[in-house]
Amino acid sequence: MKKWMQLLLLLTSVSSTSALLASGGMEEGGRSMPVESNAKWAAECSSCHMLYHPGLLPERSWHKMMSGLDKHFGENASLDATTQKEITAFLALNSADKQDNRRAKRINQSIPANSTPLRITETRYFTSKHDEVSANTFKRKSIGSASNCVACHKNAEKGDFSESQIKIPR
Amino acid sequence: MRKTILLIGLLLSFNTFAAPPQELLKQYEVQAKQEHSAFTGFSAEKGATFFKTERVHSDGKNVSCATCHTADPRNQGKTRANKVIEPMAPIVNPKRFTDAAKVEKWFGRNCKDVLERACTAQEKGDYISYMLSIK
Ligand code: HEC
Ligand code: HEC
Ligand code: HEC
Repeated sequence: MKKWMQLLLLLTSVSSTSALLASGGMEEGGRSMPVESNAKWAAECSSCHMLYHPGLLPERSWHKMMSGLDKHFGENASLDATTQKEITAFLALNSADKQDNRRAKRINQSIPANSTPLRITETRYFTSKHDEVSANTFKRKSIGSASNCVACHKNAEKGDFSESQIKIPR
Repeated sequence: MRKTILLIGLLLSFNTFAAPPQELLKQYEVQAKQEHSAFTGFSAEKGATFFKTERVHSDGKNVSCATCHTADPRNQGKTRANKVIEPMAPIVNPKRFTDAAKVEKWFGRNCKDVLERACTAQEKGDYISYMLSIK
């Protein structure tokens, strides 16, 4: 059973690599997540950290996060009921499992169906993409932690993580 | 009739958007009197102490308002997630204390984060008085 799944994984990764090669580049077509916006989301979810694109987590994760804002990673990020509802709907509609986008789909596939991660940085997709970045690099003063995507991906807030835009600050 | 509605609307919009910090202080004064009949006014000095005093949070860490807003409110601060917070003192950041809803939202969050309880109107007024006293 396990071997079977491994084979399937291998096959899908091989076929996606060739699809990538066929598309002729790293960035074009479907790699960058579509720019979605909502004024309340952009204002309320960017005061303590960068704005995380809704396509980085599945709908169930956003629902769980949005229903526990009073204890959000050890901080109180609570909102009035109307604002909370509007932002939840926006995140759900544009979540990783609702997007027709290659990167969002990969993120979604890397999360086991029985888990509801609240951190993008804990998904298998994230850890596999960053296995060459050391823990000390993430801790640099100019970066802070792995959660601060914009420090290295300058267009992260727009959902663009393309390799040509990556620059690790000193 | 039309005119009164317009006037009320205008007044309301002034109230919710850019009202000077003194307006907000008046609202807190009304509340403070209700909370404490012996209210004698706001104190910038008490606000300064309130801002800097550290307490041990139930998670074991030392926290104060200055943890994020830095000891000198004229400086930029930093959140736990490493994002810049613009200075708290209106002398360098005139937008502070002009949007009542925003101020209430952050007092609500930050007081619970630091003190693990809501702030009193007295504490809010002292805090704003301190910020306004900074030159
Ligand atoms: C009061 C401050 C505050 C506000 C407001 C806030 N957050 Fe956070 N958020 C945090 C902190 C602190 C962390 C943990 C950061 C860390 O560990 O470096 C965090 C982490 C996150 C993460 C996980 C990042 C990772 O490591 O993968 C997501 C996703 C997130 N927040 C989404 C949101 C959304 C959506 C909103 C708006 C509804 C929001 N946040 C508003 C403070 C806040
Ligand atoms: C310390 C800098 C740094 C931070 C912070 C960082 N990344 Fe990366 N990221 C990289 C590097 C370097 C790569 C390229 C790794 C490689 O090609 O081997 C990468 C690759 C990626 C890729 C794959 C790009 C591709 O097309 O192959 C994605 C997606 C990504 N990061 C998302 C994120 C997200 C989301 C965050 C925040 C939650 C984040 N990164 C935080 C440095 C960083
Ligand atoms: C964990 C970090 C953190 C701590 C600790 C903290 N704050 Fe804040 N505070 C913020 C952030 C983030 C903002 C919103 C960003 C901004 O307005 O620039 C903010 C904004 C505010 C505002 C809004 C002012 C305005 O008009 O824009 C007030 C008032 C405030 N804080 C009061 C306090 C008080 C009082 C304390 C201590 C009891 C405190 N803060 C402790 C992070 C913090």
